[in-house]
Amino acid sequence: MHHHGAFHETGSSFDWLFLCIPFVLLIIFYIVAVIYSNKKYRKWPAYRTLCWIAGVSGIALACIGPIAEKAHTSFQAHMFTHLLLGMLGPLLLVFASPMRLVLRTAPVKIARVITKFLKSRYVQWITHPILATVLNVGGLWVLYTTGLYAAMHSIFLLYVLVHLHVFLAGYVFTVSMIYIDPTPHRTSFYLRSTMLILAMAAHSILSKWIYAHPPAGVETMDAQVGGMFMYYGGDAIDLIIVIVLCSQYFRGRIGKEINTNINLKTSIK
Amino acid sequence: MSVHNTSLRVNGLEKRKNLYDEPFNFWSGIFFGLGMVAFIDEAVFHQLLHWHHFYDLSTTSVGLISDGIFHAFSWFATVVALFMVADLRKRKVWNFKRWMGSVYVGAGTFNLYDGIIQHKIMRIHQIRYHVEIFYYDVVWNVLAALMIIVGLILLKKKKTLAPLKKIGDV
Repeated sequence: MHHHGAFHETGSSFDWLFLCIPFVLLIIFYIVAVIYSNKKYRKWPAYRTLCWIAGVSGIALACIGPIAEKAHTSFQAHMFTHLLLGMLGPLLLVFASPMRLVLRTAPVKIARVITKFLKSRYVQWITHPILATVLNVGGLWVLYTTGLYAAMHSIFLLYVLVHLHVFLAGYVFTVSMIYIDPTPHRTSFYLRSTMLILAMAAHSILSKWIYAHPPAGVETMDAQVGGMFMYYGGDAIDLIIVIVLCSQYFRGRIGKEINTNINLKTSIK
Repeated sequence: MSVHNTSLRVNGLEKRKNLYDEPFNFWSGIFFGLGMVAFIDEAVFHQLLHWHHFYDLSTTSVGLISDGIFHAFSWFATVVALFMVADLRKRKVWNFKRWMGSVYVGAGTFNLYDGIIQHKIMRIHQIRYHVEIFYYDVVWNVLAALMIIVGLILLKKKKTLAPLKKIGDV
């Protein structure tokens, strides 16, 4: 294996503890906000807190610690961290409904800024299922079919940017498909289903492509196991998104009409 | 959609029919058939028997794309189909016989497509390796065709939903 960046000799336990701090803070902030919110509003469901803790821990595991270290040399470990960072982590965070919690607990002035941002044209564009799918799966295609994968392991900044993109694109994609947090810009069930099917297809095609054409610097066996990991792992996590998407649609179909112009103010109650 | 809804009391059960029940019933069966057969294909032939290969390196790129889209669609279709059945059952308009008919048609169509176009023309993978493949292909495709025929017969038997009994007709 040729890709050993200069950045990756920093493996002491002290560094790990230091890098843990932001993730621990994220969990603490969330719990404090839940306690604060419970004083004023209906009780915050415990499963959301659990999802937040699990999601943040999963993302931490993908960024720091032994598995993240191993991901520099082993493609299988790399794929495991990417499933955590780009798919399972974002899904768990979406289940935790962080925006709703922020809107409940933040001072009115800040909450107004946030709702304005959520309603903005930028958020409408970025969370549109088509763009979100292209950003998410298109990014993965670029990463694994060009020299980016090898380059990322020798340039630290590139490594950080790619991982940031994988996480953000995964989160935006999940948010564009299922509506758990307040979502001012909604699109039809049919558009979302189509894009979800195309995203799942592109994901499974890419994993078979990796199986047959290992990225530069990855051994064949390693790429084959990693590709299968991506295929089945992706299916399992996508299945959860499919179930939530369908259950939201059919619940709306049976009951009241889906309110497309949802009011953010009432939806946070 | 509420314009088409009619509530009828039949033998103390409330049926909520609307114009879309027939196609809804049909497509739910087709989707479930597709999804179920794709699931069996994955679980039995890939995972348990290890006959199918994940990828046998002779696949054309069209085959890879076709496989990916079919895989994603069938995964999605299974879930949608089951939600549709739940919806039909909730409104007590699920026609099981016709539904089974379309399940057979969906399953057979998928298998025929898989057996002829995906296995043979696009060469995604073969049914089994290191054997005389011809017999496997014949059995596979004949079974698929039989499923379609059985399904069509079931579908033809009853063109419409069972007629609702008139009120007071017990």
